[in-house]
Amino acid sequence: MIRTIATEEITKNIREMCIEANHYLSKDMEQALKNAVDIEQADLGKKILCQLQENLTIAREDMIPICQDTGMAVIFIEVGQDVHFEGMLLEDAINEGVRQGYLDGFLRKSVVGDPIVRENTKDNTPAVIHYSIVKGDQVKLILAPKGFGSENMSRVFMLKPADGIEGVKEAILNAVKDAGPNACPPMVVGVGVGGTFEKCALLAKQALTRSVQERSQIPYVKELEEEMLDKINSLGIGPGGLGGTVTALAVNINTYPTHIAGLPVAVNICCHVNRHVVREI
Amino acid sequence: MEKHITTPITAEVTRDLHAGDYVYISGIIYVARDAAHKRFMETLDQGDKLSFSLEDSVIYYMGPSPAREGRPIGSAGPTTASRMDKYAPRLLDLGQKAMIGKGRRTQEVIDAIVRNQAVYFAAVGGAGALLSKCIKKSELVCYGDLGAEAVLKLEVENFPVIVVIDSEGNNLYETAVMEYAKA
Repeated sequence: MIRTIATEEITKNIREMCIEANHYLSKDMEQALKNAVDIEQADLGKKILCQLQENLTIAREDMIPICQDTGMAVIFIEVGQDVHFEGMLLEDAINEGVRQGYLDGFLRKSVVGDPIVRENTKDNTPAVIHYSIVKGDQVKLILAPKGFGSENMSRVFMLKPADGIEGVKEAILNAVKDAGPNACPPMVVGVGVGGTFEKCALLAKQALTRSVQERSQIPYVKELEEEMLDKINSLGIGPGGLGGTVTALAVNINTYPTHIAGLPVAVNICCHVNRHVVREI
Repeated sequence: MEKHITTPITAEVTRDLHAGDYVYISGIIYVARDAAHKRFMETLDQGDKLSFSLEDSVIYYMGPSPAREGRPIGSAGPTTASRMDKYAPRLLDLGQKAMIGKGRRTQEVIDAIVRNQAVYFAAVGGAGALLSKCIKKSELVCYGDLGAEAVLKLEVENFPVIVVIDSEGNNLYETAVMEYAKA
């Protein structure tokens, strides 16, 4: 059975999701930040983590965005193959939702229309949209507004198969060390391993949208996530990069098959304002 | 150590600030980030003066979210300072005394800090809602066409920052991390 969905519905949801994501952190992130206060050993680090708690309360109660960098809107849309869209072009409907959300929600417009000419588009469009076709007659929307303090510190490494898992560990640690205080730690580290040059970057971005409380289903990947979190938190970077034992809240790793000649690794770093909102229509 | 200071910030004040001090700033601070700094350089290249006096000034690297009605400003946390590294030494040599941002600085900036008895403060990144509460007034100075990147004059009260690089060149990002790093 074909199910018809009006693209107006997509616009309405994206609009609300932009506002929601920038004022309320998801439960998994809130819990991770709360736990961090107890774990942190440095006095200044603890003080910063307490300020982040207060910041979340003010954001929620006074409707002030958690961070002034309300991000470039990254949207994953999973479309059931039994869905038929009616109305304006889906891409336009999504961008219209972003436009309305950023204008009505008093969110910062941080997008320039051309990377070299750099004129602000004044409504935070266009979004970066990733489409996928899945089973069923539903549409799943994941919105992840991405700030660029941490995006700028993200890296892709084209490793050799011989570099193996040790090479992957080194790549992750080097990216985090380079990011240091610039990426607003405590950070969430999204890692993509495998695929091609662009696929591993996408895997890393998707990894950031996973719950920070859940580990990978693949046993060796779960172990790697835990080991890397431990190693990262031994670097001493700490909250705000001002020294401490909580540098990352989680390491989320997604994997994909790759070529016999390669081992691509992408490390997408996100600050503690790791925003993601999910809705199903 | 906790300290309270009021702008403008003179060398006498910066000499007494040390990496790791927790400082509350009150008074006037200016807001400028990437695009505004680029225009500052063009203005100076033409031999003109900036729209505000750099002498003993504080520049906050920040681009706020829009203010809701009845509020002076929206979310207002620091942006990454390294993008201003290219421009900062020239402004420090012209009298600017303090920078507020987040993240590492180049050796050229650290040298300019020492040479001019200046200071680099970090504000907590990603705490824009909290920091906005310390901003009492905001007015446009210039470059309104830049939107979130316009130059603003802010009146702040007990704005919390941490001294990262002091006038002697001590760098908290290096010392504090070493303290908590496990080999």
